[in-house]
Amino acid sequence: MTPLLAEGTTRAAIGAAEGALQQGAWLLVALPLAGAALLLLGGRRTDAWGHWLAVAASWGAFVYGALLFLDLRSLAPEERVRDLTLFSWMPAGGFQLDAGLLLDPLSLAFVLLITFVGSLIHVYSVAYMEHDDDRRRFFAYLNLFVASMLLLVLANSYALLYVGWEGVGLASYLLIGFWNHNPVYATAAKKAFVMNRVGDFGLSVAIMIMFATFGTVTYAGVLPNAGEGSTNAMTWIGLALLLGACGKSAQFPLQAWLGDAMAGPTPVSALIHAATMVTAGVYLVVRSGPIYEAAPTAQLAVVIVGAVTLLFGAIVGCAKDDIKKALAASTMSQIGYMMLAAGLGGIGYVFAIMHLLTHGFFKAGMFLGAGSVMHGMNDSVEMRRYGALSGAMKTTWATFGLGWLAILGVPPFSGFFSKDGIIETAFATGEGWRPWVFGMATLIGAGITAFYMSRLFFMTFQGRKRWPAEAHPHESPSLMTVPMIILAVGSVALGGFLFVGGRFHDWLEPVTGAVEEHHPVIAKYPLMGLTLVLVAVGVALAWRQYWQAEVPQTAPRGSWITRAARKDLYQDDVNEAVFMRPGQYLTRSLVFTDTKGVDGAVGGLAAAVGGLGGRLRRWQSGLVRTYAASMLAGVVVLLLGVLAVRG
Amino acid sequence: MPWLTIMGLLPLLGAVIVWALPNGRDQLARAIALITSLAVLGLGLGLAIGFDVSSAGLYQYAENYRWIPQIGASYAVGVDGIALVMVLLSAILVPVCVLAAWNEYRGNAARNFFALILVLETFMIGVFAARDVFLFYVFFEAMLIPVYFLIGQFGGAQRRYAAVKFLLYSLLGGLVMLVAVIALYHQGPGGEQGFLTGSLTGVFAADAAGAVPVMAERLMFLGFFLAFAIKAPMWPVHTWLPDAASEAPPAVSVLLVGVLDKVGTFGMITLCLPLFPNASRWAAPVIMVFAVISVLYGALLAIGQSNLMRLIAYTSISHFGFIVLGVFAMTTTGQSGSALYMVNHGFSTAALFLVAGMLISRRGSSTIGDFGGLQRSTPVLAGAFLLAGLSSLALPGLSSFISEFLVLVGTYQRYPVVAIVSTLGIILAALYILITYQRMFTGPKQEFASAWRDLDSREMWVVAPLVAVIIALGFYPKPVLDVLTPAVDRTMQQVQQVDPDPAVQIAEGATP
Repeated sequence: MTPLLAEGTTRAAIGAAEGALQQGAWLLVALPLAGAALLLLGGRRTDAWGHWLAVAASWGAFVYGALLFLDLRSLAPEERVRDLTLFSWMPAGGFQLDAGLLLDPLSLAFVLLITFVGSLIHVYSVAYMEHDDDRRRFFAYLNLFVASMLLLVLANSYALLYVGWEGVGLASYLLIGFWNHNPVYATAAKKAFVMNRVGDFGLSVAIMIMFATFGTVTYAGVLPNAGEGSTNAMTWIGLALLLGACGKSAQFPLQAWLGDAMAGPTPVSALIHAATMVTAGVYLVVRSGPIYEAAPTAQLAVVIVGAVTLLFGAIVGCAKDDIKKALAASTMSQIGYMMLAAGLGGIGYVFAIMHLLTHGFFKAGMFLGAGSVMHGMNDSVEMRRYGALSGAMKTTWATFGLGWLAILGVPPFSGFFSKDGIIETAFATGEGWRPWVFGMATLIGAGITAFYMSRLFFMTFQGRKRWPAEAHPHESPSLMTVPMIILAVGSVALGGFLFVGGRFHDWLEPVTGAVEEHHPVIAKYPLMGLTLVLVAVGVALAWRQYWQAEVPQTAPRGSWITRAARKDLYQDDVNEAVFMRPGQYLTRSLVFTDTKGVDGAVGGLAAAVGGLGGRLRRWQSGLVRTYAASMLAGVVVLLLGVLAVRG
Repeated sequence: MPWLTIMGLLPLLGAVIVWALPNGRDQLARAIALITSLAVLGLGLGLAIGFDVSSAGLYQYAENYRWIPQIGASYAVGVDGIALVMVLLSAILVPVCVLAAWNEYRGNAARNFFALILVLETFMIGVFAARDVFLFYVFFEAMLIPVYFLIGQFGGAQRRYAAVKFLLYSLLGGLVMLVAVIALYHQGPGGEQGFLTGSLTGVFAADAAGAVPVMAERLMFLGFFLAFAIKAPMWPVHTWLPDAASEAPPAVSVLLVGVLDKVGTFGMITLCLPLFPNASRWAAPVIMVFAVISVLYGALLAIGQSNLMRLIAYTSISHFGFIVLGVFAMTTTGQSGSALYMVNHGFSTAALFLVAGMLISRRGSSTIGDFGGLQRSTPVLAGAFLLAGLSSLALPGLSSFISEFLVLVGTYQRYPVVAIVSTLGIILAALYILITYQRMFTGPKQEFASAWRDLDSREMWVVAPLVAVIIALGFYPKPVLDVLTPAVDRTMQQVQQVDPDPAVQIAEGATP
């Protein structure tokens, strides 16, 4: 694949942060971090008001982020990339690294997404977690998450990014396992952290290669010089970064943790496992664009991972009866779209991030909707026991419906602009088989998405009611519905707002560079029509099966593909067979040989030196002096030996 | 003023007083132990403040007296950046350990315990400050005595076995080193002060004719290295540590693993490399392999343990593997990382052992399977354990991350494959910590812990300083790195190594 931005790439140069506003940007991270620290150290004393402190810290970060955004927007585009050095962080010999932040259109777009959606979810959680004894701890972790996520996107070096990267992993671990008195949830939390660490292994290796190649790990040092490095080095860096991105963003083959992560309280699923943290991998790839442009093989790998994951998630999503797991599969699939777009480069970067933003709104909205449904249905997640909830919870139904239209890509809702852009770019990028294969993957994915999302929507809100006798569905309090309404507004309008007039494209240009238009192998408007037809077919199929027909309360056995999809295409079975069981066997046998073998051999050797035979047990009989004397004799021999060869 | 000597003798004086107390004055014995160790800490901090950071590669607060001129031994002490930091580490951990063991013993036992801890502190300060190879050797061996008694008298059911095993392994290493020490003297300039580290450094540089006694240098290097490898436990001479650390009282395990074992890696970086530069370079590739094995082997074994204290011991074997990796990668980044790792590992392992000790004393068992659901019963204790654990798995933001990161980055510069394989250790670390946390702290609340109290104020005072240091050094390691790097630079010169250049030369001014 020829680099798309070979000519005409004009990324803006980095300037120093100026003015109190830019130089105080560390407050963005510090505010929620202080909130978390206060709540954790304050203990039970802060139970009464702690959640409001957390809400305030998060909104405070949003306000600061918005001011920064306005500040950057007032500058000329080529001056919108600002570097803020904070302090000397790791001055260790050959490795000199300052902690610093990079304020640019890309990081600011994330800051706004994280703090705005994050703050809405904070508000929602005040009501959602009202009856939990540990609500304060929950808010402390949420604040910790926001702080880490902001650090991740604002860092000006791969090493500082790594701090945020593992920080969000920790917050995710703590929140997935928030109800870890349930052993299944505790296992889910651990699984998420460990699989993320597999990804972090990749990120670590990437950083090592970077330092050996460039002698620095800052964006300013690595990215502009990526073209100077050998293709080999860039390819390995790109692949290692991709491994990190796969772990964090639940992309194939490190996707298995995301479904289980739904063990966390639903606001967590909305914020961390839908809107922000899981999209960090896409951020990493887009941020590292120059590296991938210098490494076509790695770039192709990104596209393949995205294509595989988008289909994988979509197939799994068709078979799940648990509303949160169905949404999780959808998240995986949608991030697959973003990843694919990021791998295409050029205009793909813009659509990847645009889809990330619109997805952040509509998917968070739908997760909050799912939480609202669970709230009204005694925490049941079983869609086969829902049905006809549209009447009982009108606001939830309406906001969820708008999110549904957005993810389907129905014009003029948000998802239409961003997803259609990705499909078009996939059909327009590369030569030979590539536009066809990757284009078809996104196209088919769109059809399947329409099916499984409609299935989810109809099973929950339409058709006939299948509630258990004790269920009394009711609308949630306004602390929960207002955030849902605001996110629904984003589901409707954000895509159009960003797309029309190339607004978002122009905004990102200093980071992604200017791009020339490519022409898709299928013309633009027929392609759009084809997409919409597929979407309509998907909706119609779901309508027939899950609205018109009776939905059985126990899942039918289903075809082999349904059964495979229910089991997440056997991802856990594969991991268990390939990694877990051999690992356990290895550990057990090492423990056995360590006591019997290594210890025995060394002990035997020591005893032999002492001239007293290999019986370890006799060590206990107090023959220390004998041993010591024998050793001393040995020492004398050794000494003579050394002195003899000395000259 | 001979500050280092005063600092070293102060705990010994405290020990004598504690021993001299009449029976029944337990409380006074504890108080004297604590006050003495705090006074030592105060002195240590004073030395750190007075330390000239700009010449941290030089030995400061130096003292030099003839001791046994007949054999060339001197009493010479002084600290460079690395030694200063290690002395401080000891001075911080001893009061913490005294406080942790506050209520453990009564009567004679209490006096013995605290006095032995103070004696041990004297030797620890001595071994890090020694500037004479013979003096170093004396402290190196003398340390064994208090530890032997601390394990043998105050340990668990298998304490005698563990104590003897510890002693034999250490003696074996020490005696082989003694051979090398004597041989080294003969190689050196000799005379009444022939054991001074300073005059022995450079003995194996090529002479005017370019001749180097290759074989002798290598054998002596191996003599020192074996002793240090046993002390720092590297695979395959590590098996004494799990026994010793699991049988010893938690406070002793902290000093054993957190400080004493560091003498091994400290010796590698401050004696092996400067004294035997050619042999160090010669042996480095093989040692790197052993270090990688230690990293992975220790971690895998930790995953398989059912005893909490043994588990922590095996994690340390893995961590020592990282430290050795950084030392023998022979890059400034790797060695700075290793030197910092020695400090960070001291604090994080101390936190882990001490919190584990609090759990074990409540449950009366150190078997992991005997715990469960504690996050619901004692949330603060659970939080403390998790934080210590996260530090052990080198979570960014906590101090161990900085050092592990630097070691790996520095190792990759010269040994890419070794570095990548070692990085697998971070996945295994997540497993051994989180599996343990899951088994002990998650799940439904259990009956046995219903009457447990959460951390009391004394225990808070034990944990809080460690946590504070772990977090502070995680965010801002510069003060410690600034002290360490000049000493590392000097070592790199002595071992005649320079950092490999990056593949791409970035134009001046391109990096901010």
